Amino acid sequence: MSSPLDLADARPGPAFTVTLDGREIEALPGQTVAAALWAAGVTSWRTTRGEGRPRGVFCGIGVCFDCLVTVNDRPNRRACLLPLAPGDVIRTQEGTGHDD
Amino acid sequence: MTDRPHLAVIGAGPAGLAATLAAAARGLRVTLVDSAAEAGGQFYRQPAAELRARRPQALHHQWRVWERLRDDLRGHLRAGTVRHLTDHHVWFVERRSADFVVHALLGPEQEDPATVRADAVLLATGGYEQVLPFPGWTLPGVVTAGGAQAMLKGSLVVPGRAAVVAGTGPLLLPVATALAAAGVDVAALVESAAPRAFVRHLRPLVSQPGKLAEGALYAARSARHRVRPLFRHAVVEAHGTERLEAVTVAALDAEGRVRPGTGRRIACDTLAVSHGMLAHTDLAESLGCRLDGQVVHVDDEQRTDVPGVWAAGEATGIGGSALALVEGRIAGRSAAARLTGTEPDRAEWATALKSRTRLREFAAALDGVYRPPAHWSEQVTDETVVCRCEEVTAGAVRAAVEDLGAGDPRTVKLLTRAGMGWCQGRICAPAVAGLAGCRPTPSRRPFARPVPLGVLARESDHPTEEGPS
Repeated sequence: MSSPLDLADARPGPAFTVTLDGREIEALPGQTVAAALWAAGVTSWRTTRGEGRPRGVFCGIGVCFDCLVTVNDRPNRRACLLPLAPGDVIRTQEGTGHDD
Repeated sequence: MTDRPHLAVIGAGPAGLAATLAAAARGLRVTLVDSAAEAGGQFYRQPAAELRARRPQALHHQWRVWERLRDDLRGHLRAGTVRHLTDHHVWFVERRSADFVVHALLGPEQEDPATVRADAVLLATGGYEQVLPFPGWTLPGVVTAGGAQAMLKGSLVVPGRAAVVAGTGPLLLPVATALAAAGVDVAALVESAAPRAFVRHLRPLVSQPGKLAEGALYAARSARHRVRPLFRHAVVEAHGTERLEAVTVAALDAEGRVRPGTGRRIACDTLAVSHGMLAHTDLAESLGCRLDGQVVHVDDEQRTDVPGVWAAGEATGIGGSALALVEGRIAGRSAAARLTGTEPDRAEWATALKSRTRLREFAAALDGVYRPPAHWSEQVTDETVVCRCEEVTAGAVRAAVEDLGAGDPRTVKLLTRAGMGWCQGRICAPAVAGLAGCRPTPSRRPFARPVPLGVLARESDHPTEEGPS
């Protein structure tokens, strides 16, 4: 079975580790938060303010703000735009992200 | 060199790149301002450099056109005739008495401001996808078709293992094909348009043999990946609790209504959905440019009705990358001539004008074929969230219209908060208008993206940085 990395013949540098809610996740240099989470099989990292429903990527290009997430204690970052750095601490954002 | 007129081009997609190259080749100083780390826009979105993709062309169509744009841009950057500001998210273009100031936030933090002074601006702000709501469309795993494409092109990732690609428009086939090539099992391609519609719009379609060949190429590729297109069908519901597990697909009748009893369930963890494209017009609107419906009005030189402001590409009408390239070239040439006080040489761009006419006719024909089903709102239950940001349901929108007498999207917004959230109605506006039974209206957002209060507070008391010298 082919993968997107194979398809584009990508040879990224060594993977590094970030955490999602304390769990270690491998990320590749150049990947956004959303990309690393997708690659790790995670599709939601926020719950809505009203109904507490799960959300993740929708538009993928920074327009819809559905993919908001808390990174290094800062809430409301757009996961589809934000590149990751080694050691980044990603947390599922509950509601506005300002309550915890 | 500093006395040469300075043009700021906003957006480095096909239109912005073509405009930049045309203007720079004719003697203007050009600053190309773009939000991405690399030029290309959405259509030619490049994998992040650190991923070191040796075969990015596997994700792209018309790669040679891109190579030429990229190489020409590099030449101008080396020669110092073009400055390329990456990671600059433009939130406002200020028109002053004798010039313009482009206000941007530096990415990815988008906290620190940057400004560019220019004699004229060229808006090549592109577009984004329209998705109409249906039950379950807020479940994780439901993404826009273009979003799936962007994540694949830019980050080399896919959203899941089994996908349904659905909606309407020329984007569905390339997205289905790309996902399949990247290892995703594409269980179905669901297109609400009927093959008969193509026949009705045949003449302009056959006038673009290149475009038809492109379509045939995608069809052949998708056939190789065993992607089965289902015409005149629609996804009527997405199922799942915490994430997408399946969709229900049903047949549509000639009027675009769901045929009762035709629904069937398809298991999938990804739904890539699109109902067409919308133009980014915020910057044009805040400059006071006239709109035609939902797109920026331009004359035959791609000038808006505001002196010193040109526009090209999807912002002036959804038409795809080939049209964006032609419009960008015309706009860049016009700007180069007008800013140096000369009349553009029409003989020089006669061919471009002819291609633009043909490509616009082609786009209009596609627009006639690819329409969301006329009765899409009948499938939207009262419980369905319409405004994703503020979690406003279709029931609340209907109550605002039927019980409270709202007769336009703005009144619905004031009564329900639909469109007041983070995205400022960019996603829900067509749905709210449709449910309220009125035409979508321009939103008149003062700023094109959220701006920190600290940046706004500083604007009044710091001198504007000069453009490049």
